[in-house]
Amino acid sequence: MIAATINQRFPPPQFTETGHQMPHLTAPPPRAGALDYLDIAVLFACLALATWIVLRRRERREVVLLGLFSLLYFGFWRNGCVCAIGSIQNITQALFDPGYALPLTVLAFGVLPLVFALFFGRVFCAAVCPHGAFQDVMLLKPVQLPVWLEHGLRLLAYLYLGLAVVFAATGGGYIICRYDPFVQIFRLTGSLTMILTGVIFLLMSTFIGRPYCRFLCPYGVLLGLAGSVSRWRARITPDKCTQCRRCQDACPFNAINKVTPKALQIDPTPEDKRRLAIRCALLPLVAVAGLWLGGLSGDSLAKAHPTVALAERIYLEDAGAVTGVTDASTAFRAEGTAPEKLSAEAHALVTRYVLAGRLCGVWVGLVVGLKLIALAWRPRRLEYATDAVRCVACARCFDHCPQEHKRRHALRAAAAPVPTTGQPG
Amino acid sequence: MKRRTFFSGLARVAAVLGLGGLAGRLARRAQAGHTVWQIDPWKCTSCGKCATECVLELSAVKCVQFYDICGYCDFCTGYFEPQPNKLNTGAENQLCPTGAINRKFIEDPYYEYSINEPLCVGCAKCVKGCTLFGNGSFHLQIRHDRCLNCNECSIAKACPVQAISRVPAGKPYLFKTLEGKK
Repeated sequence: MIAATINQRFPPPQFTETGHQMPHLTAPPPRAGALDYLDIAVLFACLALATWIVLRRRERREVVLLGLFSLLYFGFWRNGCVCAIGSIQNITQALFDPGYALPLTVLAFGVLPLVFALFFGRVFCAAVCPHGAFQDVMLLKPVQLPVWLEHGLRLLAYLYLGLAVVFAATGGGYIICRYDPFVQIFRLTGSLTMILTGVIFLLMSTFIGRPYCRFLCPYGVLLGLAGSVSRWRARITPDKCTQCRRCQDACPFNAINKVTPKALQIDPTPEDKRRLAIRCALLPLVAVAGLWLGGLSGDSLAKAHPTVALAERIYLEDAGAVTGVTDASTAFRAEGTAPEKLSAEAHALVTRYVLAGRLCGVWVGLVVGLKLIALAWRPRRLEYATDAVRCVACARCFDHCPQEHKRRHALRAAAAPVPTTGQPG
Repeated sequence: MKRRTFFSGLARVAAVLGLGGLAGRLARRAQAGHTVWQIDPWKCTSCGKCATECVLELSAVKCVQFYDICGYCDFCTGYFEPQPNKLNTGAENQLCPTGAINRKFIEDPYYEYSINEPLCVGCAKCVKGCTLFGNGSFHLQIRHDRCLNCNECSIAKACPVQAISRVPAGKPYLFKTLEGKK
């Protein structure tokens, strides 16, 4: 196959007659590194601006404008790469693979939105993430999903995050990037299947608010967790809630918690306590079930790794179970490495995958168990408020709150000079 | 509510410290300059996947000619079909499906072969011919004026020998050299 050295079967000519000069090979340079720092600066500026708009300006229109800018800059101009969602995988790989050099840009994209979420809620989702902004501007006529469906689908994102971390940590690839529905549209090129998936997501976005953000986005999971302990976050109104429930109808993402009905504003009944106790006892069981299922799936997960896939192929070829060869198996045989070495390597990898699958299973199990506990819990809510985990700070509810209208009116009246009735003098 | 505020504050401080620690640890190892994808020509098996797997419609991978290594052969096994009718530029004699290789007479018996890059699709047919029977001066490289530098290179994922990896942007090409494999 490929020779290890240049064998110069045909000696290069001297061109004694014509004195011909060999042309130089051109090598177009990559994008300048300084532009990477520009990306970080733009990200930081957008996050700061989004925070200011959501928390101080409280203007939906400005959120949309900033979202459109992010969509154009991070989406169509920067081709959606690198994005905060995908950075989870680079950071995971950097943690598990000492040979991997993590670019600073990727680190900044992974960490900055989380830091902002810890203090100001999910302002990144509101107007900085091109994926979120894309779906947000597509929303025309939101429908509310049934509660059970909403809760069930939201669990998918946790599973997706777990799998993405498993594959990134073991060298199986970056599944978030591979199955990103929008990046192909940002690039205006790509495989037909993924472009169609993107188009389907965008069409769904017209009536289901942000389907990718709510039900799949693995970074949204992290931002939600960070948002749950945020210091400040988008409030429907800074004033007293009058419980008109207009905001709840305005939120397309089911991210506003209702007031507990009067009849249910009571201390937990024995029935409630019993249900809670059962769910708590269920938690370790669900986690163990996750452990078991995750371990079982380890073998199939491992097939995503090229070394494991190659070892399996070589084994099947040697056993005569398959006919023909693949490019990879031909190259492997030409290289002359012993198949035993490859299979030992593959076995070690499968062991790692089983362990990773178990951990991922426990993670999903714990999430499901805690969700069951949360559903059995009946908090006493006395006013309508944004949910710290689910609210993406889109600022839609502000415009629907009568208290907010009153507040703005007062602000305008205070800012405007008192109108005079007649012309002076 | 007081207790809740206290615990969320505690969690926030813990999260900030954790994130800071993680970022600090990674930042020390992180590369200040960025990295780009490139093909190692020594590993490449010219399987042809570069032409089909790139996210771009016309692949970012192109064949390049490394003139120092080229033998300037009349019967170039990268340019001609295995059994050409005649050693001329007739399309039926050429290996390249898009006619992206130019053949120019220099002096007897030497011909210069250069790549017309906009036409090249990166199919590696010429690379295979040149590597198997010639000096191996044709090789595939990711051209950085075209490459989008995706977070995960889809060609790298499909490459049968993992010949594509990230290299520092300061040295974005891995050309073959006369000294051979480093």
